[in-house]
Amino acid sequence: MGKKNHSDAGMHRINLSAWLVVGLLGASVLVTLYPFWLAATNAVKSPADYGANGPIALPQSFDLSGLLRFWHNVDFTLKLFNSALISGAVAAIAVLLSLLSAYAIGIGRIKGSRTVLFIVTMGMMVPQESLVYPLYYIMKSVGLFDTRTSVIIIFAVLQSAYGTYLLSAVLSTFPRELLEAAEIDGASRFEVLVHVVTPLLRPTLMVLATFFFIWTWNEFLLPLVLLISNDNQTVSVAMGTLNTQYTSDPTTTAAASLLGLAPTVLFFLIFQRTLTRGIAVGAVK
Amino acid sequence: MEAAKPSSYLLYILPSAIGFVGIIIIPFILNIAASFTQWRGVGIPKFIGLANYARLLKDELVWEGFYHSLIFILSMAVIPTILGLILAALLFDYVAARFGKTTASFFRAGFYLPQILPLAVAGVLWGWIFSPIGVLNTTLKAWGLDFLARNWLGDPGTAMLCVMFVMVWLQLGYSLVIFMSGLARVDPALYEAAELDGATWFERFRYITVHMLKPELFVVGLTTTIAALNVFAPVFVLTKGGPNNATTVPSLLAYYHFFTTNRVGYGATITTMQTALTMLLAYVFVRLQSRDQ
Repeated sequence: MGKKNHSDAGMHRINLSAWLVVGLLGASVLVTLYPFWLAATNAVKSPADYGANGPIALPQSFDLSGLLRFWHNVDFTLKLFNSALISGAVAAIAVLLSLLSAYAIGIGRIKGSRTVLFIVTMGMMVPQESLVYPLYYIMKSVGLFDTRTSVIIIFAVLQSAYGTYLLSAVLSTFPRELLEAAEIDGASRFEVLVHVVTPLLRPTLMVLATFFFIWTWNEFLLPLVLLISNDNQTVSVAMGTLNTQYTSDPTTTAAASLLGLAPTVLFFLIFQRTLTRGIAVGAVK
Repeated sequence: MEAAKPSSYLLYILPSAIGFVGIIIIPFILNIAASFTQWRGVGIPKFIGLANYARLLKDELVWEGFYHSLIFILSMAVIPTILGLILAALLFDYVAARFGKTTASFFRAGFYLPQILPLAVAGVLWGWIFSPIGVLNTTLKAWGLDFLARNWLGDPGTAMLCVMFVMVWLQLGYSLVIFMSGLARVDPALYEAAELDGATWFERFRYITVHMLKPELFVVGLTTTIAALNVFAPVFVLTKGGPNNATTVPSLLAYYHFFTTNRVGYGATITTMQTALTMLLAYVFVRLQSRDQ
């Protein structure tokens, strides 16, 4: 109790036990990140170097042939393009769908808003496993099976359920004065959406788009089932279905891991603030 | 004025509504309907009532799969939530207070990184580490610990433990990040006051951190438990459910029946059970939460 007179800095002295805690945490972070390091260092080793010095030694050689061979054999450029196209389209369409429906629910307060939101929330919980076969069958029937379009449509709808839920909550607290002022100025509902609501929501929409992009990039089950030809597959599906030709040779597996994780690590570095802080947006409402 | 033309707002919800019905509601109903039929994916499904469900109750593999779901709940929900809570509290009220917010953010980012990997890529990476000729065995042999080397993912005794380890590695960042952003609501003065009153770190953890993070605990608990119940990609990539079904899960069994044995009706029965359990869990969590408030 006598501590009350101490200054703030004095209260939190960096003593031995503080160093111990930080040391332990630092070691845990290093252990967590070690697999990334392993993939990066072994991907650039020559097979001879790997054989002689093992996986945990630093590379004594710098050999990109494993990486290049893997890139060429799985046509990684095309896989990257497919993933980027699908994820980009889903992010854009899902944000648009979420914005439109949330506008009707949060601002328009259409009849039965609560019921609609309840159904949307239930829809968010439905496991993809219980949709996978009917979607596979429907896409086959309408001639969209094994097209990137099928995956784009499906994920745009699935992600927009979350977006609608989140944006409706945000829009239900939208300042009414702004809407009324725009109405007095004679703005139509569409003009209000485009010129009043959207600009104010922009940061939230960007966060949503980032998450939709990365979630779609990482999706596995539905793309695995719906995209069977090599030309349409995403990075995630290509990684999950690597054949033993690649997984039996250690430096090639390391190369595959490195190529698979590189794009998402890149997104992480670009969007780190959004990802580690924005994830809770709407998670707790 | 607004009430005069309520119908025009309906136009805005129409695209989502069409998509929602076509992509979620209709497939959802079709899947439940298929569970009452015998169907190989072509021709007319044959209605067989509850026969698939009767078979499910006697299917030892399905029971084993749901038993493994419990292990996945442990490794994807329970352990990461507890570890994440302790880590978040340490980073927020211990590390940040002494070493600055930048240090705490750096640790948070480090623990979070595995969470952004595609599950399939995480599977390839860990599959390589655990493979008979992989990183772990090569290193153990180099250190003269040959007796410890084994086929980690191919041995029924170790396969599940390895998969569990990977799941904790993957999931920890999720709960940590949500808990840390939840703690941002908490006034640091609360901790300082408690500290001045002589509360130990553990007491502050119990009475401030855990108490303040209750909403986040519900959300993390619910979402990770649902994810564990429906886990597919990491198991598919790491073990395909083997060896000898030691790591199989309901999603994998359903996938197998849908696309390998073509017992679509039976696959639909398994996924309908998964959905029912998911909804039940969600209901229980929401009830618990509303009772708590």
